[in-house]
Amino acid sequence: MTDSSNDPRLLRLAENDNICATRSTIEAGEAIMIGGHEVTVPRQVPIGHKIAVRAIEAGETVFKYGAPIGSATEFIGPGDYVHTHNLKSDYLPTYARGTSHES
Amino acid sequence: MNGYLRSDGRKGIRNVVIVAYLVECAHHVAREIADSFRGHDVHLIGFPGCFPNAYADRVMRQLATHPNVGAALLVSLGCESFDRNGLGQAIGVSGRPVHSVVIQESGGTATSVAEGQRWVEETRKRLAKTPTVEMETSDLVVATICGGSDATSGLTANPAVGRASDLLIQQGAAVIFEETGELIGCERFMAARAANEGLGREIVACVEKAARYYTAFGHSSFAPGNADGGLTTIEEKSLGAYSKSGKSTISGLIKPGDVPPHGGLYLMDVVPDGEPRFGYPNISDNAEIVEMIASGAHVTLFTTGCGSVVGSAISPVIKVCANPDTFRRLGDDMDVNAGRILEENASLDEVGQEIVDTILRVASGEATRSEALGHQEFILTYKTFDPIGPSCLPG
Repeated sequence: MTDSSNDPRLLRLAENDNICATRSTIEAGEAIMIGGHEVTVPRQVPIGHKIAVRAIEAGETVFKYGAPIGSATEFIGPGDYVHTHNLKSDYLPTYARGTSHES
Repeated sequence: MNGYLRSDGRKGIRNVVIVAYLVECAHHVAREIADSFRGHDVHLIGFPGCFPNAYADRVMRQLATHPNVGAALLVSLGCESFDRNGLGQAIGVSGRPVHSVVIQESGGTATSVAEGQRWVEETRKRLAKTPTVEMETSDLVVATICGGSDATSGLTANPAVGRASDLLIQQGAAVIFEETGELIGCERFMAARAANEGLGREIVACVEKAARYYTAFGHSSFAPGNADGGLTTIEEKSLGAYSKSGKSTISGLIKPGDVPPHGGLYLMDVVPDGEPRFGYPNISDNAEIVEMIASGAHVTLFTTGCGSVVGSAISPVIKVCANPDTFRRLGDDMDVNAGRILEENASLDEVGQEIVDTILRVASGEATRSEALGHQEFILTYKTFDPIGPSCLPG
């Protein structure tokens, strides 16, 4: 669902989510509407990835589909790109390419 | 649509000959036999291990007597531990043509390959005369899986499969969803949808088992490509995966090889019981597909964001592509473009119906893209399961 106070590229999945998914890539430096305010997007957010739609404190739970998907590891401003650099699982670590992981 | 009627009353949408090696040592001979019939519905499957395993035994029996299978050639080295007589008997009792080539008895590679080729050739002629009967949507068991997921998977293809699942179940079909290691955090949502409280408790317990199992490995069911694709945590991936289960009541909890007793939505527990003994469960996507086929799945709906290209032996795979960029790049391998939900504002209901329509065409004989491209992947490894308890299949 999208609403008139949000850029149409923001896909809100549940009312109380503090992030939205993107319908298409939003470039760094673009000024977009979030919650009725214009916000300059500091980092590129690729298609399908997450963008904060309000300020999120370090340690605060991030919600998607109305459910918790992990906690912020640092302060996240509205319009900021949300991913492995600032969001961690509350269950199990995520391994990306280049991290060593023995099992 | 029409199907092949089998002796147990189930109907198949394909009539394949399987060539099954019973240990890795027999793999080459089996492959040489199957390769001579490329493009002619002769599928290679097998179990590589020499150590005995009740799970592998059960899965192979279920596969060899699957409604899509018309006949089976078993290829044995001769000294392996696999119970080839038990398997051969089970296939024979099901009324299907069956033959065993034992390499050490028949005189080695060349004679075994020739023997196998002759038998498959004759058997294909017999199978061409298999009569067909009318088949309904309610005769179908549909497997669902996500693989090569990125963030779009949970936005488009998975919820569209959820819609399709609800439509199929309304028409009496059985639908299976699985991968409890990717339903971490979703257990309370599932318990609320269970047919009764006892089943709800079993569902919660099986997700907790999965969480413990993956914690023991220190590694969740999460690939680097998932992160590249925008998924950040196992909980987020799980919610996206969970959305493919739609809204239907969950009728039961099954394990690999258990066939749904009637229509409805079934969760498959794929995580072994007991202490981790054999390593990671489901080392790649085809392992789960095989397990759902062992539970009777005629066809698999496979949602993908990054772009998986696999098909499967025995039952066709329908690829539902979640990401519009992936569809542009890999479109020849994809059956349904769910990415148009993001780009063209197509609705979940439209794409859900398109998926159902595709299933019916595939069931009536149309080849999926992965079938047409010759994909017949198969993996079977070691696991151990306790049988499901009585609360797992209420009524």
